[in-house]
Amino acid sequence: MARIIVVTSGKGGVGKTTTSAAIAMGLAKKGHKTAVIDFDVGLRNLDLIMGCERRVVYDLVNVINGEATLNQALIRDKRCNQLYILPASQTRDKDALTIEGVGKVLEELAKDFKYVVCDSPAGIEKGATLAMYFADDAFVVTNPEVSSVRDSDRMLGILASKSKRAENNEEPIKEYLLLTRYSPDRVKLGEMLSVEDVQEILSLHLLGVIPESKSVLNASNSGIPVILDEKSDAGQAYDDVVARYLGEDRPHRFIDEEKKGLFGKLFRSK
Amino acid sequence: MSTEPQHTPYQKPALEFKSTTYSVPVLIPYTHDLTVIEHQLQQKINQAPEFFRNSPILIDLQELNKQSTSLNVAECIGLLRKLALLPIGIRGGLNDQNEAALALDIPKISAQQNISHQETAQKLEKITPEPESEPETPEQPITRLVTQPVRSGQRVYAHGDLIVLAQVSAGAEIMAEGNIHVYGILRGRALAGIQGNTEARIFCSDLQAELISIAGNYKISEDLDESVRNKPVQIYLNDLALIIQDL
Ligand SMILES: Nc1ncnc2c1ncn2[C@@H]1O[C@H](COP(=O)(O)OP(=O)(O)OP(=O)(O)O)[C@@H](O)[C@H]1O
Ligand SMILES: [Mg+2]
Repeated sequence: MARIIVVTSGKGGVGKTTTSAAIAMGLAKKGHKTAVIDFDVGLRNLDLIMGCERRVVYDLVNVINGEATLNQALIRDKRCNQLYILPASQTRDKDALTIEGVGKVLEELAKDFKYVVCDSPAGIEKGATLAMYFADDAFVVTNPEVSSVRDSDRMLGILASKSKRAENNEEPIKEYLLLTRYSPDRVKLGEMLSVEDVQEILSLHLLGVIPESKSVLNASNSGIPVILDEKSDAGQAYDDVVARYLGEDRPHRFIDEEKKGLFGKLFRSK
Repeated sequence: MSTEPQHTPYQKPALEFKSTTYSVPVLIPYTHDLTVIEHQLQQKINQAPEFFRNSPILIDLQELNKQSTSLNVAECIGLLRKLALLPIGIRGGLNDQNEAALALDIPKISAQQNISHQETAQKLEKITPEPESEPETPEQPITRLVTQPVRSGQRVYAHGDLIVLAQVSAGAEIMAEGNIHVYGILRGRALAGIQGNTEARIFCSDLQAELISIAGNYKISEDLDESVRNKPVQIYLNDLALIIQDL
């Protein structure tokens, strides 16, 4: 049985797709058979960031509508044979996604894969709620600013009440905080919230801090998940995230050096 | 008013009448100027929209009619409905006012106090959920325990006391007919004694609330003194004034 991970945020443009691509690649590179699904119907761009946009034939909606089989629609990554991409449709509207349809696709994927990563669209509408409905784990992607934190909090509320696990009274979705586009300099200037601030507001287990980095744009321009750029700070930060998610104990990096003392205290325990 | 159900022999009764008492917010206008009323009412609603939305409301004209100013009841009812309040009765009205109300299906509720007994009229400064009287058969109050954070956009309602072991986020709303205890940071809205229990209290380990209210008497974040913020406090009512005290 696969573990279903939803990458979600509420607010748009915070780094969900970047994160989905990176962690899916990271999990696959560690030998786990992983599928990453783009739920952003009408605005697909996961395939661009994964660099497989020219190999898209079928998409999620085709599979749901029975116009293609899952095997026909899944695109195998050229760099890592444990990784598969299920793209979103650019031409359909969001109504094409149904809870039964998505449920069936995930059920089928779960038989064969170890991890299924769902890249959620922004907002709290259908695509987003469907992406999270079947989740086991949620990566809540947040930028260090008030509006993003507030939207994440809202998302956490929805995760706690509107998921399959919540409806069936099962163990709740495991929630993890991913603080992205973090810039210690701007935190110091008071232009951004610090890790502690965000932690205090959301009180959520911190899986990692991804620094603001040029390498992210470079990577997505060339269709390479940033985690493959092993020299880059963002790539390393995502590598830590995957390792921590899989149970490894790694200290947090790319946070203001000065605050290390406090951080040790705050985040030592898992 | 309790009526014994009429049993036809050999037949199960299809219905039965019982009497009940319950608490309902009472609107006491102090002016007949509906523009002013609308303005101030809207402000109050904005502070606790969830509390007021589709709330039943009783219009009490005793105070106003003492001042021999006459409120246009039909327009007042229209205004309340426009603001998503549901008027369910009028009391202390003059004959024509009661008739105007009845024409809009709003019944006259007999006033507890006669208009002539002016000296005992209780002055209420706020739109307060006023307890009409104790319920006849008080149900066992149920304490509700919440162990997970209450997140923005979520609402929690307890018929008895409410205990929250985690934080209450900004944009969240917790309500209890009894007391409220929050053992995390209270950032959202907390409304205790929501059915009018003025004895209800709020206890929290870190007060950063957007709104606190006991039996409809509330303070918004802006009105909170710096000296009570960010620390453990209890909040209770004293003569309809909210007292916030260090714990
Ligand atoms: N750590 C980072 N450093 C610098 N830029 C970043 C970082 N993470 C994301 N970005 C940039 O932010 C923009 C939005 O990223 P991305 O598309 O991953 O966000 P999203 O949450 O998926 O957006 P949407 O809500 O539109 O789906 C992109 O231009 C991306 O390159
Ligand atoms: Mg995206």
